[in-house]
Amino acid sequence: MDLISGEKLEKMTSMEKIRLILDKVKTGRIVVLESGLSPDEEVRLIEMTMTEIRVDEFSGIEIESYPVRKEGSFFDRIFGRSIKGRMTVIGPANQLRTIEKDQYQISTKVSIGD
Amino acid sequence: MGIIDSLRMSLGAWINRIFKKRRAKIGLYGPPNAGKTTLANRIVKDWSGGGSFGTVSAVPHETRRAVRKEGILINANGSSIELDIVDTPGMATKIDFKEFMAFGLSEPEAKKRAKEATEGVIEAIKWLDDLDGVLLVMDATEDPYTQVNVTVIGNMEARGLPLLIVANKTDLPEASPSRIKSAFPQHAMVSISALEGSNIDELYQAIANHFG
Repeated sequence: MDLISGEKLEKMTSMEKIRLILDKVKTGRIVVLESGLSPDEEVRLIEMTMTEIRVDEFSGIEIESYPVRKEGSFFDRIFGRSIKGRMTVIGPANQLRTIEKDQYQISTKVSIGD
Repeated sequence: MGIIDSLRMSLGAWINRIFKKRRAKIGLYGPPNAGKTTLANRIVKDWSGGGSFGTVSAVPHETRRAVRKEGILINANGSSIELDIVDTPGMATKIDFKEFMAFGLSEPEAKKRAKEATEGVIEAIKWLDDLDGVLLVMDATEDPYTQVNVTVIGNMEARGLPLLIVANKTDLPEASPSRIKSAFPQHAMVSISALEGSNIDELYQAIANHFG
């Protein structure tokens, strides 16, 4: 399992984050992002995941994050600066399973050796 | 998304609101088997006098290509709006052909469906860039905190575009629209059964108010 700090994520471009996540998840690692992804990055991650699905090799990802918190001023909202990602857990679909999730807690089960 | 793109989309949304645009291109989004195509078929039957968006099935990912129908005029309590409706394939983060085999598909059929389903998810995502608003269809018998729901809502909020949540399948005894409302209290929600048509007039009123 890799816990990636918000500081490291801040220094990365969207594409670098997505590539890092997919490379790790495809080798069976669980990735926890301290500051998560933006909504646009989340959707691009799903899009790229779809292009990399292969029969009997990689069936996709399990990704769980909390609903986005809306914050900031009027101008922040206009420029999309208020939309900040929150802690996110991502893993291979065949190893990470969400048991329960609400606004404040995500419970997951991780299978080892699948 | 760049600042210029964000500004352009936000300004577009504000201009549309100020001038009360009476035509809108809206997408039906949601996880597989939430009832998107059943709802799309219901809308086209009620307001275009027939036709359909596509077939429905208990097997997930029945809709694997986005289908658009133009010029659907909805009238509700004196308000009207002309809609271009895009019925999108179900969004998912994983697609395993073995799940389709559990529904009786042969292995080659299941693999073909899985391949087409991945393309469908990509198509649904691409459509997000070309819409004026979204009807997010949720299965009211399921946990609303799915990543698909969270991601679609997050994207609509980030783009400043209107979103209306449709809590579908209220004809089923285990349906719990209140669970959806408490999960996403900041967004308007209408509970319906697209299959039986119950409460559908309230949805049409909400569409006219929300996207007009």
